[in-house]
Amino acid sequence: MDFAGAYTWVNIKFLLEGFGVTLQVAFFAIILSFFIAGAVGTVRYAKVPILSQVFAVLVETIRNLPLLLIILFTFFALPEIGISMEKIPAAIVALTIFEAAMISEIIRSGLNSIDKGQIEAGRSSGLSNFQTLRYIVLPQALRRMVPPLVSQFISLLKDTSLCVIISLPELTHHAQVIYGQNSGYLAPILLFIAFMYFAVNYTLSVISRRLEVKKFNPPGSDSVSRIFPLYS
Amino acid sequence: MFVKNKWVKLAIVPLMAALVLSGCGGKDEGKSGDEGVLAQIKDKDKIVFGVKNDTRLFGLKDPGTGEVEGFDIDIAKALANEILGDETKVAFEEVTSKTRIQLLNTGKIDAIVATMTISEERKKEVDFTDVYFDAGQSLLVKKGSDITGIDTLKGKKVLAVKGSTSAVNIREKAPDAKVLEFENYTEAFAALKSKQGDALTTDDSILYGMVDEDPSYELVGGTFTEEPYGIAVKKGNEDFVKELNKALKALKDSGKYDEIKDKWIKANN
Amino acid sequence: MDFSILTNNIDMFLEGLKNTIIASLIALICSLVLGILIAIFRIAPFKPINWLGTAYVEFIRNIPLLVIAFFIFLVFRIPGLAAGTMALTIYTAAFIAEAIRAGIQSVPKGQMEAARSSGLTYPQAMWNIILPQAIKIVIPPLGNQFINLVKNSSIIAVIAGGELMYQGDLISARTFVVFDTYIFVAMFYLVLTIPLSLGVGQLEKRLAKNN
Repeated sequence: MDFAGAYTWVNIKFLLEGFGVTLQVAFFAIILSFFIAGAVGTVRYAKVPILSQVFAVLVETIRNLPLLLIILFTFFALPEIGISMEKIPAAIVALTIFEAAMISEIIRSGLNSIDKGQIEAGRSSGLSNFQTLRYIVLPQALRRMVPPLVSQFISLLKDTSLCVIISLPELTHHAQVIYGQNSGYLAPILLFIAFMYFAVNYTLSVISRRLEVKKFNPPGSDSVSRIFPLYS
Repeated sequence: MFVKNKWVKLAIVPLMAALVLSGCGGKDEGKSGDEGVLAQIKDKDKIVFGVKNDTRLFGLKDPGTGEVEGFDIDIAKALANEILGDETKVAFEEVTSKTRIQLLNTGKIDAIVATMTISEERKKEVDFTDVYFDAGQSLLVKKGSDITGIDTLKGKKVLAVKGSTSAVNIREKAPDAKVLEFENYTEAFAALKSKQGDALTTDDSILYGMVDEDPSYELVGGTFTEEPYGIAVKKGNEDFVKELNKALKALKDSGKYDEIKDKWIKANN
Repeated sequence: MDFSILTNNIDMFLEGLKNTIIASLIALICSLVLGILIAIFRIAPFKPINWLGTAYVEFIRNIPLLVIAFFIFLVFRIPGLAAGTMALTIYTAAFIAEAIRAGIQSVPKGQMEAARSSGLTYPQAMWNIILPQAIKIVIPPLGNQFINLVKNSSIIAVIAGGELMYQGDLISARTFVVFDTYIFVAMFYLVLTIPLSLGVGQLEKRLAKNN
């Protein structure tokens, strides 16, 4: 093991460059998947005919496939049917497809967790459907969704590492380039990138817990982990 | 029903927006469709070469500069100089043995200069230029290994790279060996160093690069196949192949080819 | 669809399927054991042990599985399939530990006190009183973790572990038929994961009814 040789400024700078790509891809995938998932989750919650069934099939299929396969498929197989993308857009699209399916389920369960009585109360007090959703269901549901959403975003950031399979120049791939030069760098570089991922993800999870405790969970409210045991 | 149409429409807007956005990347498609690759190259005044980034002496990325360096890289630059009159009119895209044909056929790269053997199987998928380098498959082992050649591989683990001709050849030549295939040469060599296999097999030219990096490894048993390297282009671009062949010949005649070869390939060829 | 890809390479697909199932089953059992152990660490009434459990969960949950797999494969020099199975175990155990901890802590504290005052030791009370109740709560999330585990086993492809994704990769690289090969790989995964998902869904419904 050669820690001194591995942690030169040149290598660290190269890793930071890779991390830049990681963060960039993760950022766009998070934004896109959140909006798509919001739409899909809401449509399924509202049980819109046909559309809701179509989304159900799509979501269940995607959720049950490995992300690695989806990445490979997006980059190598889609071009065969005329959809060809550069590495970075391909990575963003693949991650978005997979994470949107996962997140849409979080959104759907979040909406479903709101007591139906409240919706009836809202309606009978003269609010429209839209107003009920906007002012009664959404604020409560969003509060409950924050922790599982953050968990999923952390997953997404970790999952960007799978893009090494298409040689996306992200953090893990740049680590490969460096330890490819000298096997003494293997352990030091892998540890280093582990800490880089950890630093960002742990910060995210701490922020989310602070939010959960201080803002969203006034004493006496039901615990989030009971509604979302899957994501706790 | 609980939700009115208005809300559904509202929900669909971001979905559509996202779909359109994510579809944007797809617009490059067809750039290799209507006109030939050569015409496109002349239009954009630039050639995109698919090159290895993990193969010492042929195409290796330097973390310090972010540049790729090697024999294939210099050949690609020299070709650009012949065809477009300027060796800086190139772009390099990383390929691996597994990814290169896909990348070529989908128009992400114009040509492959990436230690690629001309084989009958591959000729069905792509068109090749004349041979620009002669390699042969060999074995890399830790010095002092009991493996001395292709017939001593019985029951041994041999490491190779997905999509390479070597991975196919070794199964024929040494059917009693167990073959493990990796994504790229970095992983395969790292696995050999981590004693995940007894030998690594690929072209001697690539193996010399590994010895150059870590001299405690050596080639054994000589070469047991012929691996003539060619530059691959998408099928149906005879004019581009002709242009590349002309450029290759010019490089050989002018001595530029030997100069590049002497720079990277020292002792053994 | 080009079914000859499937029929010509059926041996490789089945070999991959077998390895995926083996890796998933072993990792499931081991990560369950390790996960329970760490969950107990996390709620143990002894600070250093407590801290150890928390450190494990926080660190492992926040780094990519692939990095763990590379580390075990290249640094500890363990063969691909075994290294992948170990990485899956280590990774999944952190999530299982969290699910179990949440389950245990949802059992009212009074029960532990009652059990202790009726003469049971801490481990006895944990094993006989708390865990059986907690298990009901944690079964659905555990089911989901198992589905994730099967999907995540695909990373073994990157360290030449010979599972489904690896075999699919080799087939597509050799035949140049990418689209169809990946579709078949996807179908093999769905054959494994869809029944699991349905099972977990049923279980969730049944448990919800019982409460």
